[in-house]
Amino acid sequence: MLAKRIIPCLDVKDGMTVKGTNFVNLREAGDPVELGRAYSEQGADELVFLDITASHEGRKTFTDMVGRVAETLSIPFTVGGGVNELRDVDRLLNAGADKVSLNSAALRRPELIDEIARHFGSQVCVVAIDAKMDENGWTCYMNGGRIPTEKSLFDWAREANDRGAGEILFTSMNHDGVKTGFANDALARLADGLTIPVIASGGAGAREHFRDTFTLGHADAALAASVFHFGEIKIPELKEYLKGEGISVRLS
Amino acid sequence: MEVAIVKYNAGNIHSVIHALKRLGVEPTLTDNPEMLAKADKVLFPGQGEASNAMQYLREHNLDTVIRNLKQPILGICIGQQLMCRHSEEGDVDCLGIFDAEVKRFQPLRHEDKVPHMGWNSIDTSSGCPLFKGFGADEYVYFVHSFYVPVCEQTAATTNYILPFSAAMQHGNFYATQFHPEKSGSVGERIIKNFLDI
Repeated sequence: MLAKRIIPCLDVKDGMTVKGTNFVNLREAGDPVELGRAYSEQGADELVFLDITASHEGRKTFTDMVGRVAETLSIPFTVGGGVNELRDVDRLLNAGADKVSLNSAALRRPELIDEIARHFGSQVCVVAIDAKMDENGWTCYMNGGRIPTEKSLFDWAREANDRGAGEILFTSMNHDGVKTGFANDALARLADGLTIPVIASGGAGAREHFRDTFTLGHADAALAASVFHFGEIKIPELKEYLKGEGISVRLS
Repeated sequence: MEVAIVKYNAGNIHSVIHALKRLGVEPTLTDNPEMLAKADKVLFPGQGEASNAMQYLREHNLDTVIRNLKQPILGICIGQQLMCRHSEEGDVDCLGIFDAEVKRFQPLRHEDKVPHMGWNSIDTSSGCPLFKGFGADEYVYFVHSFYVPVCEQTAATTNYILPFSAAMQHGNFYATQFHPEKSGSVGERIIKNFLDI
């Protein structure tokens, strides 16, 4: 049976992971390659590396890091952050990434999704959506959640799906960092309305939250950062728990 | 050991090269018929579209070269599909090593998303040497929209929408629909088993 995926996300700045970690005693805890390897050995199904560097030099450092991750890791990984044009996708795939995630650039110019799907195939194209719910419903935001757009979450996800995205990575800004669970109502509506997989992001604080996002939120995968980085949830125990709850997971 | 990778127009082969290097093997990427014929092992990986790939193989006479290889050869993903008789993708005649027809997944329920992407379990009870030492419930990584139905040459099966050929074997020709190079330690064991044949 197809397994539900558990995906740790690593923020990378100038070639180093940003958030501290204490989930495992690593001499090079700041090195994204070593951290990625440790997660892979713990049973992570995929990894996401997000480049939060702004500078041009930082971009080069990130590309070099992608190359080292590809040499080291034997599981799929997605990279994102600063993907603005086809050339960026080409650079990151050439460095060895399996998938590339785009966010603001796709909102600014949705045709980028069609172009990536045509040139490289849908399977490499992850469209990340940051959205916030207010009295008017769910609204998409750009630039790391700083700028609201005219687009609603459900319309934009449907458009991305139809343009050839391979997966939707939905982060609820209302739930992110709060650790009270994922936005399962919105996730279920997304997952039921789309023909591509949906990755849940934002809100993981306990292992029950992962169970709920798979059962109630119908998510295909769940992504989290701090609960893994700070060792609050350990992936092998999480997967044993999910299996006990009747959810199909890969135990390694 | 000399390991050759077939050089053609289908996709990203970095990850296969990295996986071999992690096992201490330095592969040669080549479309030279003599180099391919004299290698101890040949890998035929790839992602891409079947009819374009077949056209390229024919134009470079690689179709005949691959069919005539005598050493163990491992097709991966589209490599497995190209080793079949015919593919629905671009309605193209393929290499005809496996007597099977490649078909597109047809979703039966809403949850049946295409492509089939992610980790799925494989039934390896056929005894194919690729899966030497395997237990039940081993997971491997898939990304594909087309599949090979279960047939006489099926070496492992996976269930997604319907049971299909996760791996195949006919004589010295081996193939996997999944990506062993992206399947963690399980995938590493499969590549190592192949190199040990």
